[in-house]
Amino acid sequence: MKKLTKSEHIKIYSYMMKIRRFEERSSQLYGMGHIGGFCHLYIGQEAVVVGVLMTIKKNDSVVTTYRDHGHMIARGLELKKIMAELTGRAEGYSSGKGGSMHMFSKENNFYGGHGIVGAQVPIGTGIAFTHKYNDDKNICRTYIGDGAMNNGQVFEAFNLAALWKLPALYIIENNKYGMGTSVDRAAAGSDLYKRGEAFGIKGEIIDGMNVYSVIKAAAKAGEYVRSGKGPYILEVQTYRYRGHSMSDPAKYRTKAELEEYKNSDPIEIVKEEIIKKKIATNKELEKIGKEIIKEVKTAADFALESNFPENKELFTDVYL
Amino acid sequence: MSIEILMPALSPTMTEGNLTKWLVIEGQEVKAGDVIAEIETDKATMEVEAVDEGFVEKLFFKDGDVNIPVNKPIALISGDKKLKSKKINEKTGTVDKKIKESKKSSTQPIEEDVPVDNEHITMREAIRDTIAEEMRKDKKVFILGEEVAEYQGAYKVTQGLLDEFGDKRVIDTPISEQGFTGLAVGAAFKGLTPIVEFMTFNFSMQAIDQIINSAAKTLYMSGGQINCPIVFRGPNGAAAQVAAQHSQDFSSWYSHVPGLKVLAPSTPFNAKGLLRSAIRDPNPVIFLENEILYGLKGEISSDDNFTIPFGKANIAKEGTDTTIVTYSIMLQKTLHAAKILKNEFNLEIEVIDLQSLRPIDSETIINSVKKTNRIVTVEESWPIASIGSEIVNIIQKNAFDDLDAPIIKVNSADVPMPYSSSLEKLYLPQIDDIVKAVKEVNYI
Repeated sequence: MKKLTKSEHIKIYSYMMKIRRFEERSSQLYGMGHIGGFCHLYIGQEAVVVGVLMTIKKNDSVVTTYRDHGHMIARGLELKKIMAELTGRAEGYSSGKGGSMHMFSKENNFYGGHGIVGAQVPIGTGIAFTHKYNDDKNICRTYIGDGAMNNGQVFEAFNLAALWKLPALYIIENNKYGMGTSVDRAAAGSDLYKRGEAFGIKGEIIDGMNVYSVIKAAAKAGEYVRSGKGPYILEVQTYRYRGHSMSDPAKYRTKAELEEYKNSDPIEIVKEEIIKKKIATNKELEKIGKEIIKEVKTAADFALESNFPENKELFTDVYL
Repeated sequence: MSIEILMPALSPTMTEGNLTKWLVIEGQEVKAGDVIAEIETDKATMEVEAVDEGFVEKLFFKDGDVNIPVNKPIALISGDKKLKSKKINEKTGTVDKKIKESKKSSTQPIEEDVPVDNEHITMREAIRDTIAEEMRKDKKVFILGEEVAEYQGAYKVTQGLLDEFGDKRVIDTPISEQGFTGLAVGAAFKGLTPIVEFMTFNFSMQAIDQIINSAAKTLYMSGGQINCPIVFRGPNGAAAQVAAQHSQDFSSWYSHVPGLKVLAPSTPFNAKGLLRSAIRDPNPVIFLENEILYGLKGEISSDDNFTIPFGKANIAKEGTDTTIVTYSIMLQKTLHAAKILKNEFNLEIEVIDLQSLRPIDSETIINSVKKTNRIVTVEESWPIASIGSEIVNIIQKNAFDDLDAPIIKVNSADVPMPYSSSLEKLYLPQIDDIVKAVKEVNYI
């Protein structure tokens, strides 16, 4: 892996900050009743998606779960259109019909945003199948929560991907809990990265709180998959600071556990690295942070000032 | 003593078979378990074994004879040794050669089902040909499913496709419905046009989440960005004595779902026109075939681009006295019932074959009822919340004052499908049930 440039370090910091501030604002808007339904925040897991982002090619595809806001931001999508979707407005990425869990951007090769645990895995495998069918040398990254790793269709997809040597990179975001059930209470044999072994799929476990570990592993895994060797599994150990969704008080874990992870906060790790390497000063980083707060506020204002979908939209987009 | 060898029933739906070739000749000695002939069924070419030992006394059919009814004697096996010497003497030197040739050719791939008359083909050929024609026109179209490639299709629908298009586009999958259905949906999101063959629609229940939650809803959930051009096809409903888990009718299940289109062909003619529409459509389409109809022969359009639009019913028979709305396999029974009703009660029945279940052609049904003032629905599905139930709603809303009698629905019994042939017959709508319902709405 080549060394990161100064601007890449700043990009990493900015994206992670953008996700965190955006999610904090989402939480606030949820509390105010502007965002409804289910809303799953990405706070604490920023290093995963931003680390992978640094290794992605423009025409590669991405599929993820319902904890997707961070993924969309990392894919370079517009904050205001994401926030407009969260608030159910016509200007949202899905015209207000998808909401937090179902957002897509075909032009950015972002294929959701899927609300059914595990269902995104065969779908991502099918997108990888298409890359191979079209022989375009692109790959599909499919994100999987630790909870989905006990879902049957995930293994059906692994089997097909290995059988047909599809360019599929599976990234397990192991944030320790599938809703309120810890991994060791749900998975017999908690080494999720080994769950492709029966199909001959190589797996690796990495520290997902440290973006630099993620970049290194994701680059290697991406290269492996792109070279035509078939699928690969990365298990990224991470942690969500908030509950499973907005309505979850997260009483299944201790405050001490949460504090322990907060002490190795992924954004702080990046910040320290940047200052240590003298890429930017604390003050300069604060300035970036303030700009991001402003950008997020603009997005929120845009969303709240946007119109709700017109009534006639109820009946559009059912058929093409 | 001689024993008759009968044309065996080698599949649940087989009513007749073709004698592909004899592997024995008259006079030859056979032991129990020896393969004596190759029989082509509605599904595959199978080997027939001798169940007793003896000498082949008589072969009643020759190689290539077709449409031999099940249970018809095809050969006579005798214990008489005199016969052996006589026959062998006559044919000295030819026995070994003929058997050798037969063995050699029996390992060759199954011959394509080339129809004798191009305008008059079976349902399975109509479906296969349409898939092939569309695959020739559009490289994005591919087919996947269990046994579709090397086995040539569990019901021979995909016969020959692997040879023509190769394993990149004709893909055998493991028995993994949820996995390969989800994979196909992902491929459709990304721009390909998959045709997913379910060996039967009963197995689609394993994958119904991907069909409904992923294929049907994503266009809406993405605000119109991501469509899903995909066809899910395969036999639906009852075959013959395959019991509860393999006999379910899914027409009402899938027709319930916005985002899906649902088609149910009844003849080779509409199978071609409807399937072509399905493959070319940018939306997910459920294409409900019927195993018993696969062997049904009929005319087809000679136009290679012939399509039947979604939401267009066919008036299979015009009439003035009672409307019967039906689809898929029940069309044949309904037409039969219409004949009886004409002969015995002088009733002119109008038979509407829906063809498309979603969207449904309300207009044709309403107009017909306005003319006949009486309506019966006939379908294989269970009665609760069936297609017939929806038609009842359409009529009460749009032609309430035109009705001269309550609407009667003829459905399968509201129980799981039984195995026993006697109970199975009771379970399914029969011609008599249709006649009875029509008599009832006519107060006869």
